[in-house]
Amino acid sequence: MGLNLVALGTSRLPSLIRVAALQGMVLGIMPLVIEHELRLMVLVIAAATVAMKGLVIPALLRRAMRTANIDRDLYPLIGFLPSLLLGAAGMIGAVVLARRLPLLPEHRESLLVAGALASVLTGLLLLIGRSKAISQVCGYLILENGIYLFGLLLIHSTPLLVEGGILLDLTVAVFVTGIIVDRIQRAFDSLDTRKLTVLRE
Amino acid sequence: MKELLLIVVPLVAAAGAALWPHDRTRPWFLPAAGLAHSLLAFWLLFHPPAVPFHPWLGYDPLARAMLPAVSLLFLGCAAYGVPYLRLRAERPNRVFVAGLLAALGLMSAAHMARHLGLLWIATEAVTLSSVPLLHFNNTPRAFEATWKYLLVGGTGIALSLLGSFCLGYASLHGGGAGDLTFAALMAQGTGLSRPWVLIAWVLLLVGYGTKMGLAPMHTWKPDAYGEAPGIVGAMLAGGVTTVAFTAVLRVRAVVEAAGAGGVASRTLLVIGLFSTLVAALFLLSARDFKRMLAYSSVEHMGILSFGAALGGVGLWAAFFHVWNNSMTKGALFLSAGNLRRAAGGRTIDEVSGMSVITPRSAALFVAGLFAVTACPPFGPFFSELLIVKSAFATGHGWGAAFFLVCLLLAFFGLTRVVFAIVYGRPRTAARKMDPRFRETLAVIVPPVVLLLLSLGLGLATPDVLREAWTAAVRQLSPTP
Repeated sequence: MGLNLVALGTSRLPSLIRVAALQGMVLGIMPLVIEHELRLMVLVIAAATVAMKGLVIPALLRRAMRTANIDRDLYPLIGFLPSLLLGAAGMIGAVVLARRLPLLPEHRESLLVAGALASVLTGLLLLIGRSKAISQVCGYLILENGIYLFGLLLIHSTPLLVEGGILLDLTVAVFVTGIIVDRIQRAFDSLDTRKLTVLRE
Repeated sequence: MKELLLIVVPLVAAAGAALWPHDRTRPWFLPAAGLAHSLLAFWLLFHPPAVPFHPWLGYDPLARAMLPAVSLLFLGCAAYGVPYLRLRAERPNRVFVAGLLAALGLMSAAHMARHLGLLWIATEAVTLSSVPLLHFNNTPRAFEATWKYLLVGGTGIALSLLGSFCLGYASLHGGGAGDLTFAALMAQGTGLSRPWVLIAWVLLLVGYGTKMGLAPMHTWKPDAYGEAPGIVGAMLAGGVTTVAFTAVLRVRAVVEAAGAGGVASRTLLVIGLFSTLVAALFLLSARDFKRMLAYSSVEHMGILSFGAALGGVGLWAAFFHVWNNSMTKGALFLSAGNLRRAAGGRTIDEVSGMSVITPRSAALFVAGLFAVTACPPFGPFFSELLIVKSAFATGHGWGAAFFLVCLLLAFFGLTRVVFAIVYGRPRTAARKMDPRFRETLAVIVPPVVLLLLSLGLGLATPDVLREAWTAAVRQLSPTP
């Protein structure tokens, strides 16, 4: 959860990508920690998550960053300090909300729900509060990480198909986004989504 | 087994189109697959399978009530697509044709999905496959629209995944075994944990509502519809929105079974009326006739959601309206595409006197306008009348009055723009006209047929459709 705050506080693109990757890795290991007995399905899911979220997607993002030759600073629409404070407030809110929700006894003690909600909030905050296409993609990744964390509650009951589909769709989403980033770059010579304001009422 | 073909045929055609070597002949994949899909969908409409093919996937009454409309719309768009792509011979169409066909197959899958996770995957895949369709025009404006579509749509779809998990957790908390098919969730009924069901409902409504384009989650719509080619606009407005509406209805049935139906109906009612109001207000100030169609689509999604909120007869009328919406939107987007191509501009400042330049398309556009604003004797008139009647019958008099005021405002807004571009003196547009554009039969017949279908639906609703809609209503509320 501390990673969320780092993500909000960071001012440089590479470190933001690194944070998202690290979070993906931690997420990938989570099912192994939660499960008491190791089953093949859980192992496969964990390995796939680590590979996708921790390695493939960050590599793609870095490549997009390098080929597009973007300067490394983030221009926040919401300043770093306010976004840190908002993130912290969101985290407290998530913990309080998670306490109040009815949970199964085996989930009551863990911070899984709180962490998931906090990540979702952070992701939304990054989506709104950063102007660069790649940092918005990172925000979207953190949002998806939060959702995935929540999905871990259901790992006993959700069949592999659903989990697989989620991973697959996530990658494709970033892929497509990457292509678009590339196109924005060529069309506008910048990755600043603030310039995407021709279409308005 | 036949229902699987509805998904497989378009996907195979998409793969074929992607591998086909010639740009000139590739568009023919569209009508071929569209025709096969329509024949199959209508065969299944008349001979519905007795039991769903699989607990996760099947041509159930709800799919039967919706999917043939989408299929018919696709056929119309596909027939229009052949001359359109010939006109746009300068753009490579490999990705476009393949993407459109893949979107059709995935939309069929999403309509037939009877499992929460499968529904989500299919919807997400539809979103992704329509991305290349949106930036077909390859202009900076098209990229901007695509980016917004991806960002807003992606966030919406992420929230609906979170909602799906919440619904799954509700089932787990209520002692369920984690079976996420809609039938199992409905059977669990009040056993579902209520707080989780409510959270799930809000998230899923926001998520799928984004895809549907309900206000205030509609912001991607005007950009996407304005920048995409006419066929894509028609498929988004008549097909993808129908997918999302089906999803909302399936989730709502679960929420209702869990004993929170009152909350669900109220939220649908409020969001529906809010959408019609927002759309009406934006229509009053719209200047661009393609963006105008997007706001009209937001309005119609509001109407659907209002009808669904009323339940019973209102829900039946909403199914009726889905069909009308698909047909009229198809006709409008295709004729608007003709106007746009002939005029070289899109706003009322640039375009006027289209009745002189392209008399047939302009006449069609005006007829489509009367259809979409629910003038008799077109189909939308009858479905909206039924919705208003059922609103009065269920004691939502104020809601119905508000609804009618919004419709009236929308009517003013739409007629203002349409007559401004159709009548008056032809103006030389800012951009040069496309000299290759001719009002051939090929670009006029598909919208005319769609419009006639809308007329026919209103004047003589086929009995088989009435029966299909009744069956769908019964599926969604087993104990009326």
